[in-house]
Amino acid sequence: MHKLLKDSPGEKIMLLGNEAIARGAVEAGVAFATTYPGTPSSEVSLNLFQMSRESDLYFEYSTNEKVALEVAAAAANSGLRTFCMMKHVGLNVAADPLMTLAYIGVTAGMVILTADDPAMFSSQNEQDNRYYAKFGHFPMFEPSCVAEAKDMIKAAFELSETLKQPVILRTTTRINHSNAFVTFGDIKARQTKGRFERDPMRCVTVPAVARELHVKLLARMDKAAGISESSEFNFITGQGVWGVVANGVSYHYALDAVKDLGIESKVKILRPGFSNPLPKNKIKDFLAGCEKVLVIEEGEPFMEEAVKAFAQEAGLAIPILGKTDMLFTPLGEFHPAMVREKIATFFGIDYTPAPKIDTSDVPEIANRPPNLCSGCSHRATFYAIKKAAQGMDVIHPSDIGCYTLGFMPPLSIGDFVVCMGGSVSTSCGFSKATDQKVVSVVGDSTFFHSGITGLVNAVFNRHNFTLVILENGITAMTGHQPHPGVDMDLMGMPGYGRVDIENLVKSLGVEHVSVIKPFKVKNSIETLKEAMAFDGVSVVIAKEPCILWAKSIKLKKPRAFEVTDKCKDHKDCINEIACPSFYIEAGRVKIDADTCVGCALCAQICPENAIRPLKK
Amino acid sequence: MKPLRMIIVAVGGQGNLLASKVLGEAALIEGVEVRMSEIHGMAQRGGVVESAIIFGDASSSIISDGEADILLGFEPAETLRAIGRCSANTRVITNTATLPPFTVAIGKGNYPEVNEIKQILKEKTAGLVAIDAMALARKAGSPMSVNIVLLGALIQTGALGFSKENVKEAIKRRIKPALVEMNLKAFDLGFEAAAAGTV
Repeated sequence: MHKLLKDSPGEKIMLLGNEAIARGAVEAGVAFATTYPGTPSSEVSLNLFQMSRESDLYFEYSTNEKVALEVAAAAANSGLRTFCMMKHVGLNVAADPLMTLAYIGVTAGMVILTADDPAMFSSQNEQDNRYYAKFGHFPMFEPSCVAEAKDMIKAAFELSETLKQPVILRTTTRINHSNAFVTFGDIKARQTKGRFERDPMRCVTVPAVARELHVKLLARMDKAAGISESSEFNFITGQGVWGVVANGVSYHYALDAVKDLGIESKVKILRPGFSNPLPKNKIKDFLAGCEKVLVIEEGEPFMEEAVKAFAQEAGLAIPILGKTDMLFTPLGEFHPAMVREKIATFFGIDYTPAPKIDTSDVPEIANRPPNLCSGCSHRATFYAIKKAAQGMDVIHPSDIGCYTLGFMPPLSIGDFVVCMGGSVSTSCGFSKATDQKVVSVVGDSTFFHSGITGLVNAVFNRHNFTLVILENGITAMTGHQPHPGVDMDLMGMPGYGRVDIENLVKSLGVEHVSVIKPFKVKNSIETLKEAMAFDGVSVVIAKEPCILWAKSIKLKKPRAFEVTDKCKDHKDCINEIACPSFYIEAGRVKIDADTCVGCALCAQICPENAIRPLKK
Repeated sequence: MKPLRMIIVAVGGQGNLLASKVLGEAALIEGVEVRMSEIHGMAQRGGVVESAIIFGDASSSIISDGEADILLGFEPAETLRAIGRCSANTRVITNTATLPPFTVAIGKGNYPEVNEIKQILKEKTAGLVAIDAMALARKAGSPMSVNIVLLGALIQTGALGFSKENVKEAIKRRIKPALVEMNLKAFDLGFEAAAAGTV
């Protein structure tokens, strides 16, 4: 039985933040869950996916976040407790249904998880999604630790049902990817089949209806504001005339700092965990007892601006600071020493940080950037694209996935990366705005996510570029999740449909469609050249399973290659494809037999044919 | 318990997340509070993987530069790269078996001599235990047990204050039954090597 399905209240277990969130949803009786995977949210959905295979919980990997939210919205309006989860930028994709779902509301509890990524450990921006709660009028919870995340999602479902409004649970990477002990609670029974009751005056958002709904939405948020005032998640610890307002992980850094600085008797901390609407009266009362107040929050000055406005309403002129040159930055993530130092600065505490180790004489160490895996088919495809486009003035729009790493030399495929699906649509723009050749790359999961619409646009507007779809049969970057093109039988999960990319692309009206096997290097280069010579939109589908995935399901058995004595040290293998299995020993190129999987890309480009299968 | 802050640095695939989980389980057995933080995602495509583990009476789950009490490094250059996480009071335990970054492997980037790495770590911190965990892991039965060899060395130093028995119990709880025996051997080899000084 999946460890998060165990009906063992009181059991103490170490969980990843994302596991705790999944368990909290199960304890809340969630019956319906949808997602598009994205770090740092991915393990929440992975665990729900696994649990759905051994319970009556419905779970789906939807095509993108907009689809996931719409699927979830219907379930939550059919009386089922519904959970929709995504990373922060995913909520941008889902923003269209989000903003109007606020008007419609729900008939059963619905929680939307946004997993923000301050410091961009694996994201293209560090946007602060708390603004979506304010923007769209959603109640919002923000946990400060793993155990609280589990409690909050349960409270979020209850609140959603009380208000008939979806609730946002906003986490940051340091909650999602922290481990701590969590105590299991009772599991509420799931209601897995619902019924939709027609209610056009609530559910059909034509202008006349929506105008009424907007009024009701504001009334619901007034009610939420009242609940926020007495929420157990909005609490004050300590006492004194120095005030700190801190949310999320910053609250814990502040707690530790106050203790480390020995100012427990002087500082009180307000921790807003139900942070939209903020508890206005509680904050005003808090401020009234303070000489000065420091607001500690990663990201934008979301609370700071609100707290300042509340102080103005209360006629308080005390100093309230947060994001200033001397104190906190909107950049990156905070850490304990930073918060300790800023608290000391703001309240005028004498504090000397412990002396740092002198690292000026530490020798330089070469960096260890992430790289495409040994045997990754993207490397072969990128090599072929480069060869096919040799001598041309080319732009390579790329997209979000493992293959984004191809932008680094020596492959250097990736000139413009903005968002999921952006490779296709930016190709449209580049091909019209310039006379440069445009050859773009997109992963299969990303193509389904939001590349298709760009391709339809390209066909209709008669753009001129070559799109290479990297069909590796899985959503690789986030940990091998399914997508609509995946053969689910290979996953041991029959009963799914499958969308064939080649047929799909042809049906969209793309006139030049070809398929390559990227490890057949010569053929791939020739096919790419033909596609690039075509005047109009051409698509090349590079078909080869993700090597990590293929190894894990025993689809591919590694067979290492070696560099034989025929090697004349051209080093084309190292200089042109940079596979991490290569190393140099005593001036000679070698292949690490432990990591080489035998893709034979290097063997095909070696001018001396010196790379051969390793003799057993 | 007074807070004790530990950083583990490794190269993706070396098993530092499992090592962290074993220590977390050991903390539960010891009755010590623990919080851990790790970095997933892009970092795992051959990059550096770092875990922070905070034992005892603190609330944060990450560790600032200069504030680690223990640095456990799975690869010598990565241990040295993380020296900014240490203070003069930090205890350092490192593997001496190298995994050169790709640029170094192909003769382009700089990789300090292991002896130089050891010398710097020894001079600047409160103590260094350096063992060839890869050789010991192979001796135990699998190169995959480097992580548990290093846990053995860590426990021998006493820096963490956990008992050998409790950590072994944690290994039994956290590692697949088929691999427990090999990993217990790996743990003992690491423990003995640390006791004998550097290998």
